[in-house]
Amino acid sequence: MTTALYIILAVVIVGSALGTIMSRNAVYAALYLALNFMSVALLYLFLGAPFIALVQVTVYAGSIMVLFIFVIMLLGAERLAASENLRGQRFLAIALGVVLLAILGTVFISRAELTGIVTPPTAVDFGSPRQIGTALYTQYWLPVMITSMLLLVATVGAILLTRGEGTSIRDNLKRVDEKEQADQEE
Amino acid sequence: MPLAYYIGLSAVMFILGIMGVLLRRNALVVFMSLELIFNSANLLFITFASYYQLLAGQIMVFFVMTVAAAEVAVGLALMVEIFRTKNTINIDQMSQMKG
Repeated sequence: MTTALYIILAVVIVGSALGTIMSRNAVYAALYLALNFMSVALLYLFLGAPFIALVQVTVYAGSIMVLFIFVIMLLGAERLAASENLRGQRFLAIALGVVLLAILGTVFISRAELTGIVTPPTAVDFGSPRQIGTALYTQYWLPVMITSMLLLVATVGAILLTRGEGTSIRDNLKRVDEKEQADQEE
Repeated sequence: MPLAYYIGLSAVMFILGIMGVLLRRNALVVFMSLELIFNSANLLFITFASYYQLLAGQIMVFFVMTVAAAEVAVGLALMVEIFRTKNTINIDQMSQMKG
């Protein structure tokens, strides 16, 4: 049963990852990526990490993918001409990727301590929100503070970057007023 | 479930992410491939958290997710700004420091 479930999930994960990197339309790539995140979240549930699985669904498959799709639609960048400027880049990339996979495989196979069996944790509350929350706010309080500052800085940075040059809210309001006046005069 | 299955799946996902970064021209798709790479690393963390019955791996994934969210926010803002100045997000066009 578990093996069958794993195989189904693995096929969906690899297939959706392939879809992400191969689909011509960026919107399809984003949707494939959302499918990938969802199936990886199912795998997390399977591995005894229910809280992280649901965070994955809400944060990754929810907000980050919405952000991606929003930006794709905003820029109208779903279809960009696929011009290959570097000769033989595709062949070289695929060949080197296969080589890297082979190296990773041999390293993993040659290490004897990695041949164990993963069993889902026996403790009922392993990875539960209570356990994670307790660990986060006691043992890991400093990283939590640092990441909260990082999120704040990222938010401010994103707003600053997309604000545009020399356009303050007052300027925009003035422009709207002028446009309305011009419309009324017509 | 043997540990190698999860490690193998994570490795395949990582390689696919790298291929996406190397092969695609659309900067947004390159970004999505980066997310794939993050995801494969997270899968490995969760696998070993389950294997060693330690919570630290799951906590680490939590932090990776927050940092990835911050990175996506800033990256997409940069993308919007680049599109505004250059009218394209083809990464071949981003070859000059001065727009």
